Amino acid sequence: MRRRLPLPNGKTLVISIPYLWMFLFFLLPFVIVLKISFSQAAIAIPPYERLFEYSNQALTIVLNMGNYIFLTQDSLYYAAYLGSLKIALITTLVCLLLGYPMAYAIARAPRDRQLIYLLLIMMPTWTAILIRVYAWMGILSANGLLNSTLMSLGLISTPLQILNTNTAVYIGLVYAYLPFMVLPLYANLVKHDPTLLEAAQDLGAGRIKAFWKVTVPLSRAGIVAGSMLVFIPVVGEFVVPELLGGPETLMIGKVLWQEFFNNRDWPVASALAIVMLAILLIPITLFHYNQAREMEKK
Amino acid sequence: MRRPDFSSVVLWLGLLFIYLPMVILVIYSFNASRLVTVWGGWSIHWYLGLLDNTQLMNAVKRSLQIAFYTATAAVALGTLAAFAMTRIQQFRGRTLFSGMVTAPLVMPEVITGLSLLLLFVALAQVLEFFLGVTFDRGMLTIWIAHTTFSVAYVAIVVSSRLGELDQSIEEAAMDLGAPPWKTFLLITVPMIAPSIVAGWLLSFTLSLDDLVLASFVSGPGSTTLPMEIFSAVRLGVKPEINAIASVILFAVSVFTLLMWFIFRRADKRSQLPPPEETSRRRTPA
Repeated sequence: MRRRLPLPNGKTLVISIPYLWMFLFFLLPFVIVLKISFSQAAIAIPPYERLFEYSNQALTIVLNMGNYIFLTQDSLYYAAYLGSLKIALITTLVCLLLGYPMAYAIARAPRDRQLIYLLLIMMPTWTAILIRVYAWMGILSANGLLNSTLMSLGLISTPLQILNTNTAVYIGLVYAYLPFMVLPLYANLVKHDPTLLEAAQDLGAGRIKAFWKVTVPLSRAGIVAGSMLVFIPVVGEFVVPELLGGPETLMIGKVLWQEFFNNRDWPVASALAIVMLAILLIPITLFHYNQAREMEKK
Repeated sequence: MRRPDFSSVVLWLGLLFIYLPMVILVIYSFNASRLVTVWGGWSIHWYLGLLDNTQLMNAVKRSLQIAFYTATAAVALGTLAAFAMTRIQQFRGRTLFSGMVTAPLVMPEVITGLSLLLLFVALAQVLEFFLGVTFDRGMLTIWIAHTTFSVAYVAIVVSSRLGELDQSIEEAAMDLGAPPWKTFLLITVPMIAPSIVAGWLLSFTLSLDDLVLASFVSGPGSTTLPMEIFSAVRLGVKPEINAIASVILFAVSVFTLLMWFIFRRADKRSQLPPPEETSRRRTPA
């Protein structure tokens, strides 16, 4: 039996400092967002009306569902949520199809080479997403490198409109989020025991069949982690649709930004955030349990 | 020669897809022409122009400052959080705690940004009402926002290292009479040092790169570098931006080399069997 470490004396301190910080600056803010989503926009500083009013020795609470009703009445919001989910789903699938073979190749490379490949995958995530997206703006624009190359080769006569379309958004999103798919998949694939594949082959399975029947099921946790790390942030993505997308690109992160910064409607922006959070609650919980299970396995 | 298999081909194509746009960006930053799409010969004109742009240079200074304080605070909080999650089996609210620590990894930035701003606004009202103090948003609020989401990354990096550690060394130190805090500082911290350094560097870059959180919680006069770049980029591609982007890419490359050095050393130390042993595969007869 392994003896459990005696609890340190400063145990309460060790827990309570990060606990308090995360509670104050991560959890509590959501309560305030929820509160403001029920208030009314006003021309004031800050631009919303108070929820609790204390007058005539009575506390009145005015819960205003108007913002939520407003969201259902304007088809823009509905379309933006659906658009975000669709774009996030397709991006996740493309990242998975591209990222799985990449992670597989890295996991099977010699050990010292693995580290170099991994750093090559991680390096872009340390570079601002803004800069990586900006690099594509120069390539995809009407008189950009891609169009001028295609035209000088004589493949097209008029420049293709790629920038400010959904195609550009997909390119940018896959480009920005591919590393987040590859890294967890690699972390999973590198732990596989190669003798399992040999056993499958000895029992008569072909290489492809052994891959589908042994490797893929064993890498389920990696697939879930990678997909969630791509899907959830992409639903709320702002920078990519703002810079590469056009009028046809409806994504909720962009709509929320406009409500907040351009229309200065804080209550509606809060309601949009709460609905987005409600939609993402299932994938976030899935991600959390997947991570917790992986951690316990160690 | 072995025929390259499908997955290696995809890996190389993927790396090409990742790096080609960045290489093109760097090449164009040396373009003498004002028109970003026309090649007008080599020049370092745009780089020299950056030095005269005081607005941009101030934003760089501000961003570096915030990143430094963020990384330092995030490492302290994240290491404590990792220690609590891996070494203390039971405490009240453990599920909530681990949820709060991992959720910022995936939470869309617009949600985190909006919620923190609303918190700071509420906080300012409370402070004004009870203490009569005015609380302005600025570098302090950006620092709090960046620290909060960097803690999650540090906690993940450090806890994976803490999980690998042989706890019997810590137990031995305590059996020999070292108090827990001394054991932690003299035994645990040196063993997890590479991941603490990695966590610090990671938080530094996360803070330096962030646009969305900073846009929400910044105040007047606290524009960060990504905010400056964003407002310039919105108007289209500009040669000055090519130059500043290339400088950032260069800094990140240096940083990547540093990480390679740290990881390789940590890897060699933790890898007891010789590397040939682990990479050699038996071939079926």
